[in-house]
Amino acid sequence: MSKHNPAPSINIRRSSLGRARGLGAAKTGSAHWWAERLTSVALLPLVLYFVVSVLVLKGADHAAMVAYMAEPWNTVLYIALIAALFYHLDMGMQVVIEDYVRTDVIRITVLLVVKAGIALLALACLISVLKLAFS
Amino acid sequence: MKDVREALMVGRNSEGRLVRRPISPFMLPFDYRLQMSSLTSIMHRITGVALGAGTLLFTAWLVCAASGESAFSVIQAILGSWFGLLILFGFTLALFYHFCNGIRHLAWDAGKGYELPTMHRSGMLVFAVTIILTLAFWAIAFLVG
Repeated sequence: MSKHNPAPSINIRRSSLGRARGLGAAKTGSAHWWAERLTSVALLPLVLYFVVSVLVLKGADHAAMVAYMAEPWNTVLYIALIAALFYHLDMGMQVVIEDYVRTDVIRITVLLVVKAGIALLALACLISVLKLAFS
Repeated sequence: MKDVREALMVGRNSEGRLVRRPISPFMLPFDYRLQMSSLTSIMHRITGVALGAGTLLFTAWLVCAASGESAFSVIQAILGSWFGLLILFGFTLALFYHFCNGIRHLAWDAGKGYELPTMHRSGMLVFAVTIILTLAFWAIAFLVG
């Protein structure tokens, strides 16, 4: 009888090499996914605000631009827009690059360059809005 | 074999010869027709990357404004030229598409709208609303103020 009912065992289907290298689920994938959705929901009202502000500022001279950005709510909403927008862009670009660039060295290099560029753009926008707000 | 993932990428073809398995989208140049699902999906990516490029213009606009009067008048003139307006038109088209299709994606994330007829209808709705919003934006931009 015991011949047909062997002792229970765990059958790991993954190769030993695969387990040793630790390739597979990245453990923090859901946080990235969730942050992408969270920023997209935040961007729905912020983008509508931005579209209206662009219409308001159409053809504006420098004085009108400064006056607009110095309004506290405009400062706050622009900073919120910049934060959500560039965070969302960073995550979106990361997914696109990871999907299409297969070679490790090129992928990591492109990721670092794009992420650095996005961080610099975000800082440039943030500082510009603050400078306009406090000028 | 440099990578464990590579192990699954080698197989035998119908003649028994070892071949590297094709990776998606290998059918693209041959017999693949874009459907509503794949068309709206790839357009979401393309418009997302295009909007990423558009943030360069957004940043230039804000940095010029912060730099002073002369720099701001230059960027406003560039944006107001026919070339600037053409870029901005593409930007609004991409923005409203990504906005509308993003809502569609959020609905899917909530588990709604997966049935094929619904997916087709929401896709057509995204195209329609994108065009309406873009035209409305430019109508307001030219007619008001």
